[in-house]
Amino acid sequence: MSEISNPTVASALSEPRWVRWSLILIGLAYLSLVVLLPLAAIFTEALRKGVGALHEVFADDATYSAIILTLTVAAITVPLNLVFGVAAAWAIAKFEFPGKSLLITFIDLPFSVSPVVSGLIFVLLFGAQGLFGPWLAANDIKIIFALPGIVLATTFVTLPFIARELIPLMQEQGTAEEEAALTLGASGLRAFITVTLPNIRWALLYGVLLCNARAMGEFGAVAVVSGHIRGLTNTMPLHVEILYNEYNFVGAFAVAALLALLALVTLGAKSLLEWRYGDALAGKGRH
Amino acid sequence: MTGIAVRGVAKDFAGTRALDGIDLDIRPGELLALLGPSGSGKTTLLRSIAGLEPLTAGTIHFGGEDATGLRVQDRKVGFVFQHYALFRHMTVAENIAYGLTVRPRAERPARQEILRRVDELLDLVQLPGIGKRFPGQLSGGQRQRVALARALAVEPRVLLLDEPFGALDAQVRKDLRRWLRDIHQRTGHTTVFVTHDQEEAVELADRVAILNRGRVEQVGSPDDVLDHPANAFVAGFVGQAVRLDVTVEDGQVRAGPQTLATAPPGARPGPAALFLRNRDLAVGSAEGAALTGTITGIARSAASRRLEIRLAEGLPPIEAEVGLDFAAARGDVVGLTLATLRLFPRDPEVGGT
Amino acid sequence: MTALTLPSREWLRPKPSALPGFGLTLGFALSYLALIVLIPLAVLVWRASGLGLSGLWAVATTPRVRAALETSFYLSFAAALVNAVFGLVIAWILTRYRFPGRPLVDAMVDLPFALPTAVAGIALAAIYASNGWVGSIVEALTGLKIAFTPRGIFVALVFIGLPFVVRTVQPVLMDLDREVEEASATLGAGRLQTVLRVILPALVPAILTGFALAFARAVGEYGSVIFIAGNMPFISEIAPLLIIVQLEEFNYAGATAIATVMLSISFLSLLVINLIQSWSRRRFGDV
Repeated sequence: MSEISNPTVASALSEPRWVRWSLILIGLAYLSLVVLLPLAAIFTEALRKGVGALHEVFADDATYSAIILTLTVAAITVPLNLVFGVAAAWAIAKFEFPGKSLLITFIDLPFSVSPVVSGLIFVLLFGAQGLFGPWLAANDIKIIFALPGIVLATTFVTLPFIARELIPLMQEQGTAEEEAALTLGASGLRAFITVTLPNIRWALLYGVLLCNARAMGEFGAVAVVSGHIRGLTNTMPLHVEILYNEYNFVGAFAVAALLALLALVTLGAKSLLEWRYGDALAGKGRH
Repeated sequence: MTGIAVRGVAKDFAGTRALDGIDLDIRPGELLALLGPSGSGKTTLLRSIAGLEPLTAGTIHFGGEDATGLRVQDRKVGFVFQHYALFRHMTVAENIAYGLTVRPRAERPARQEILRRVDELLDLVQLPGIGKRFPGQLSGGQRQRVALARALAVEPRVLLLDEPFGALDAQVRKDLRRWLRDIHQRTGHTTVFVTHDQEEAVELADRVAILNRGRVEQVGSPDDVLDHPANAFVAGFVGQAVRLDVTVEDGQVRAGPQTLATAPPGARPGPAALFLRNRDLAVGSAEGAALTGTITGIARSAASRRLEIRLAEGLPPIEAEVGLDFAAARGDVVGLTLATLRLFPRDPEVGGT
Repeated sequence: MTALTLPSREWLRPKPSALPGFGLTLGFALSYLALIVLIPLAVLVWRASGLGLSGLWAVATTPRVRAALETSFYLSFAAALVNAVFGLVIAWILTRYRFPGRPLVDAMVDLPFALPTAVAGIALAAIYASNGWVGSIVEALTGLKIAFTPRGIFVALVFIGLPFVVRTVQPVLMDLDREVEEASATLGAGRLQTVLRVILPALVPAILTGFALAFARAVGEYGSVIFIAGNMPFISEIAPLLIIVQLEEFNYAGATAIATVMLSISFLSLLVINLIQSWSRRRFGDV
């Protein structure tokens, strides 16, 4: 019974049905070709020689140490950037001071620097011919081609992720609630823990997820500073490269599949957060 | 000039009935207000006339032509949206010219002619010389005028305005009301506007159609709806009245234990609703008065005093307006006479004020 | 008199606030940012200034470097253009239409952000190689090879640039007032006219921003490209790879010069984005 008397009225305000379905099909076809197909290829290639071959890959010591190194790097980098993100967001969102927008621009800077350049700058500082190279060599301290270099490069690349989730959200929330807590007798730290933190917890988790995914998956910056020493300075993405260049495709895709699973879990958790706690996140869908 | 005939129009939104059999004749050249509380269906009716909502049932005729199946593009209506809906990436002049420039080449006026029309309309809405500005650079009142000029540019058969003054502050709203009345007198378009403000409706419109729950309760001149409300809903909705639930028995109007007045001839015995406006009550000395009440509050306005009076325990307070020279204090007992009795049989289905 | 001397001492002091922690959080954030981001980047600039403009020019115009820069620039531009078109379609169907699997499609758009670039790189190489799923079909139909040619680079850059336009256009499209489209219809415009003259112009700033972001990302991209590029000097070599080549030859000056040119391109894109946004904000109010 509904809307039969004049169906033309509705179509004047939206696209004809055939246009709608054509656009949907074009969009889905493009996404399948560009995104879905590579994802499928990873798992297909990894399982090409069966599950047994996978066992061999993950039993390898080099794979094991790559996984450990990747986890170590993330375990150092993410907490550092978490503390930075919260501190920067607190200063920026809760206070007015000159040069604030410049500071925000600086925090975003690593996003616009090529990963290879991100690695290069640390080589220029700490490499054999770098600024501190001779001094480091004299004191037998290794930064480049060692864990500190990998951590530094990864920290540089992932620095903005958490701060960028928190700053707009905390700016939106303003200072009224913290001030109310202070008037009720709470100390500054207590106000932060009992009032600010609950207000930003989902955005914090969101930022940590993205930061962690990037920290574990970063390739270009780490490739420059790591030196590719098997079993010592190979992270998982670098291990993928080495296996691939050795024509061990099953091995390369097996490690790649593990990283792809991490990406999928990250995406799933991110979508869940956006769907369930969308209101507690500030303006989604950037980066 | 084109009249509009709405016949048996119904509209369902996901199972709820927004319009429930509307019949309404809008006369050529008149300024008609669609008045009602929120959710009464007034905006839906306006959008249906424009062709923005597909009907569930019924027909709409424009000056004898059946427009029911006509697309919104072909109806030639001028629609002014509540939030103006100006195109913010176009200048004011481009906004106004839009309806002319989207016409097929054969019907499109020449460039010079379009520019001339734009200037003429900017003069009409008293905003000459702002054609090059962007909507973001205008005040709310200016945007409203530009939106009206844009709607008038296509020489519409009817002009439809959705809450035209809803988003403006009080002073601008007053100025624009007078100005809209002027424009209507000058251009003579059949004009329908939606409002929830009864003062705005009766001040501006030739006739007022009062809607409630998707039905038309009454259509009439401001005098009609104010002085001769057709039913309890209209009496309660216009004229700022206090509603008292009363009983008519033995030729008397009673509220609880109190007898308020003699029932008018022909009043049906039984439960009834009495609507009292503050001018309906004459306040005098309590001595010898048949009806008395206690003053529970006094509020001052520019030219008068408003008294809040309680007739008896358990009855809602009523209001009366008195001159500034009326000496009264809270707690005084005064005598009351009901000058006008707006009495309707009580229908439990109909909501109060 | 005091007014003249005060600003120099007071410029970093915030407007008075009851909340504590300004000095601590801002101090920490600034030191961290300086150590991880600003000083390393400054060293790059300092090294580059040591070369002088003529030195930079000399490196940037050697035939091999020039070829790599041009390859990166043109292919990034083409990939961003393709993504601008299809990104608009995807943003449109995600915001305007309801179809089965829509939330999944929405989540899928972010996969290029979440998937480590090396993983994407080997997956794309596998698909577009002569014996791969897509590569074999294209080669049979047209005789063209994709992987290990500049076309392969283009494919990888399309992959990593996909989310940018979608994610900048989506929120603008969502916030677009339906009344504006209805106004256009009441004024006699057909659906196509409304889309072309009312909706698309309102999206232009967002599309340009997304395009510039995708372009900037593509110019610096390394991980997803090198596996599929073939890396033939003068033909399919990208600028970031050349930096690594220079570093392996311990030619820090060459690496610095190329990095400086790339950094300039990213900052220029960043500047363009900011100009677009402030222009559209000035003209149309908030975007």
